[in-house]
Amino acid sequence: MWQALQTELADPTFQVLAVALDRNADDVRPFAEAAAATYPILVDSEHVVADLYRIINVPTGLWIDERGRIVRPNDAVFGNDTFAHMTGVTSGPHLDALRAWVKTGALPFGSDADVRARQVLPTADEQLARAEYTLAWFLHRQGRTEAAERHFLRAGELAPHDWTIRRGSMPIRGLDPMGEALMPLWSEWVAAGLPYYPPMKPVG
Amino acid sequence: MTFTLLDETHAVPVDATVAADGVRLAPAVVRDALGWELKPQGLCKDDTCIPVPPSAALVRDGAIDLAALADLLGRPLALDAAENAACLGVAATDRARTLASLDAPDFTLPDLDGRSHTLSAYRGKKVFLIAFASW
Repeated sequence: MWQALQTELADPTFQVLAVALDRNADDVRPFAEAAAATYPILVDSEHVVADLYRIINVPTGLWIDERGRIVRPNDAVFGNDTFAHMTGVTSGPHLDALRAWVKTGALPFGSDADVRARQVLPTADEQLARAEYTLAWFLHRQGRTEAAERHFLRAGELAPHDWTIRRGSMPIRGLDPMGEALMPLWSEWVAAGLPYYPPMKPVG
Repeated sequence: MTFTLLDETHAVPVDATVAADGVRLAPAVVRDALGWELKPQGLCKDDTCIPVPPSAALVRDGAIDLAALADLLGRPLALDAAENAACLGVAATDRARTLASLDAPDFTLPDLDGRSHTLSAYRGKKVFLIAFASW
């Protein structure tokens, strides 16, 4: 999905780095092959990056500049408009801003304070949910399926709108992430007003 | 008995006593597994010492209570005593402080061929970090 962007912005100072919140490389390989990706696709089975950056859904994008500074925080970012009617997020504005950043260095936010104002920081319950998820994933890999299930469920109760936990655990738990198990998550999420990331209007 | 303590995502096998009222670890076990050492001035690691008030109920019968330790460190604890396993996560305050600094937290992960990639190795480039999933 992001290969077109990496190809279009064939700039030696620009790098797409994709992180898959999946069980293993085999889960990810069909997507990588279909995309004919030349950029690195990393496998984050332990949700290390989700924890570090407070990523609660996919796809989530953020920008990191040449000095390793976050210049645009987490945002729902899509490569196309396939799901725009469901998410209310169209791909155009973010991708146009990204092109401008790569080509001219134009930043969407003028100061660190502007960037911070758009960050959503983790709560104590969300961090406990991540610990529960880590324990569940460990127990699952030990073959302790029933014990793992208890902790996956507890993690979901603590962070009900974290799709990396609730939907991301479905393949591990033998549930179809596109099927019936998704319905309660979807309806709770809609009822809560689609709490993904706050709409991010670039300044200026 | 052998107990698995997940320090963030790192699994450390430790010797622990699992009782009805909690999981207890010898002070030496806590020191070796987590780097926190019980000293007269408190619980210490490198240059940091956290005072231990009696109300923390950290030590009982010469051993450290895991839940009290998590509370004192401000870290979330997911515990399954029946499975002899627990995870000490990262405090929300620590994560929030790091993110609000705007210095991108570093990480190293394998790609599809098992080769490691480290975010900070891309310093000097503009990085578009994108999290996605098959689900």
